[in-house]
Amino acid sequence: MKTSNNTAAVENGVNVDALLGAREALEKAPEAAQFKWRASCEWLHGTHSRSTIGKFFGLGTEQSRDTTFAVEADHPKIFASEDHAPTPVELVLSGLASCLTAGVAAVAQRRGIQLHSVKATLEADMDIQGILGIDDDVRNGFGAIRVHFNIRADASEDDIKALVAQSQKRSAVFDIVTNPTNVFVSVN
Amino acid sequence: MKSATAIIIGAGHCGLAMSNHLTARSIDHVVIERGEVANSWRTERWDSLRLLTPNWQTRLPGYAYAGSDPHGFMAVTEVVQFVQRYAEHSRAPVVTGTRVTRVRQRDGGYELSTSEGSWRCRKLVIASGACNVASVPSVSAALPAGVTSLSLLQYKNPALLPQGGVMIVGASASGVQLAREIRASGRRVVLCVGEHVRMPRTYRGHDIQWWMNAIGAMNVRYDALDDIQRARHLPSPQLIGSPDHATIDLNSLRKSDVELVGRLVGLGGGKAQFSGSLANCCALADLKMNRLLAGIDEWVEENGLTKDFPAAERYEPTDVGPEARLSLDLAEAEIDTVIWATGYRPDYSWLDVPVLDRKGRIQHDGGVVSAPGMYVMGLPFMRRRKSSFIDGAGDDAADLAAHLDHSLASVAA
Repeated sequence: MKTSNNTAAVENGVNVDALLGAREALEKAPEAAQFKWRASCEWLHGTHSRSTIGKFFGLGTEQSRDTTFAVEADHPKIFASEDHAPTPVELVLSGLASCLTAGVAAVAQRRGIQLHSVKATLEADMDIQGILGIDDDVRNGFGAIRVHFNIRADASEDDIKALVAQSQKRSAVFDIVTNPTNVFVSVN
Repeated sequence: MKSATAIIIGAGHCGLAMSNHLTARSIDHVVIERGEVANSWRTERWDSLRLLTPNWQTRLPGYAYAGSDPHGFMAVTEVVQFVQRYAEHSRAPVVTGTRVTRVRQRDGGYELSTSEGSWRCRKLVIASGACNVASVPSVSAALPAGVTSLSLLQYKNPALLPQGGVMIVGASASGVQLAREIRASGRRVVLCVGEHVRMPRTYRGHDIQWWMNAIGAMNVRYDALDDIQRARHLPSPQLIGSPDHATIDLNSLRKSDVELVGRLVGLGGGKAQFSGSLANCCALADLKMNRLLAGIDEWVEENGLTKDFPAAERYEPTDVGPEARLSLDLAEAEIDTVIWATGYRPDYSWLDVPVLDRKGRIQHDGGVVSAPGMYVMGLPFMRRRKSSFIDGAGDDAADLAAHLDHSLASVAA
């Protein structure tokens, strides 16, 4: 067990200096910190759909990227669907897992902790009486989400726990799933 | 127009400590006070409040607690007496009953408009406190009519509350103290818990403040930290100064049937919504507490003092139970009162000098404000970790008085 404060000695593939520089710059120019994330989604057939994700807005301007990504969603066969892709709720779990995992890597880099492996396993409870309209007292979404991290790193057990705690504290998706958000939907 | 070389605004412990140092340097000055000495302590605190620091640590330049209970915690009335006696002892030139209504830059110095006429000075020390205004989040506007809304400046004691249950928003020192006494009065209490700082009152036979002092944590300087903003915004630790030296934490509150919920994140249609982040807020606080205790244990070991103290110990992790509720219908739960234990902020509404940042915080470097000849005192981690403690006023005043004196001398030369 060892910990190190020497960030140069560890390499988790996160450019912490760039992130800290961005933080410093945006503290002085909070208007540039206003981002807009976008996705568009097209119905294919049945419950099968395809989202495309490309441009976003940030640092005061439209941002483009090298690739436009496609993410498909569907439902399993027991829902009388064709199971072409994960369900949207599984994509939510994937989003939470990816956000927390990226956070663990960034915090570890910042704290000078070399990671060897990080694996997150997620499980969410859902009573589908909600979405099926059987019982109005049951909510549509998750009753609870459990995340388990298995992390190997050059750090004490408490330091590893602190990585995971700090990652939750600074995670966008963790915030999105734990706190309410106003959603505005318009048509045509 | 009256004038002085230096004017100190506020005759609390900070202003009086500064006055003591200016007197020692023969710098003519006055201390302008809106009410009486120790005004905030007299009028803006709840009845049961005691200092979070032990009596031996209640000390100011040239003056210290001399009573028979050095390990006890002063009640508010005793703090008022202590500060009052200090003002007399140090013969501070206090002008009471004078409210500052406006401060402007004028001729390289400052002009103060007050309820009792104008003052001019070359140097200005703002010692009007860090807790003038109760910070109440904007979501409070959505509270249903009929629910009494109280800030920390308004709450006095449980007997004055309406009949029903109480929701307390915030679980720092004030929130947990209020939860404890309001629950003990027999009311239902729901406590909204965001990020917090957990600490045992006593560790290895000594008060936690004694340890913080011993290991040097209280003297850590503001310019020695990577992220001073973060340190300045840390919530106050979950401590209570009680005669029995009790430790107060979420586990003990939960055992006394205080209901713990996550941070309040929404109010609408008579319902309160709470964040699902409660478990992580508690995990963060437990980890942080254990780092502090490990730091103490290391200090003991490094200094070869292991035999001088009881053995190291660790405390039960915070157990919030498996099913913290995410929403609460206030009417159904018969919650008649909401108390906003969501912190304080200073009032600078009278300060007509461009020294505030976009969040309304005064911009300063260890108490030296960005406008020439202006100083501030008593803010959290302003110059040292102890800056917002009574015990921190002396060292900060010494440093800032030296800076002030030097800047007077360099103009004269």
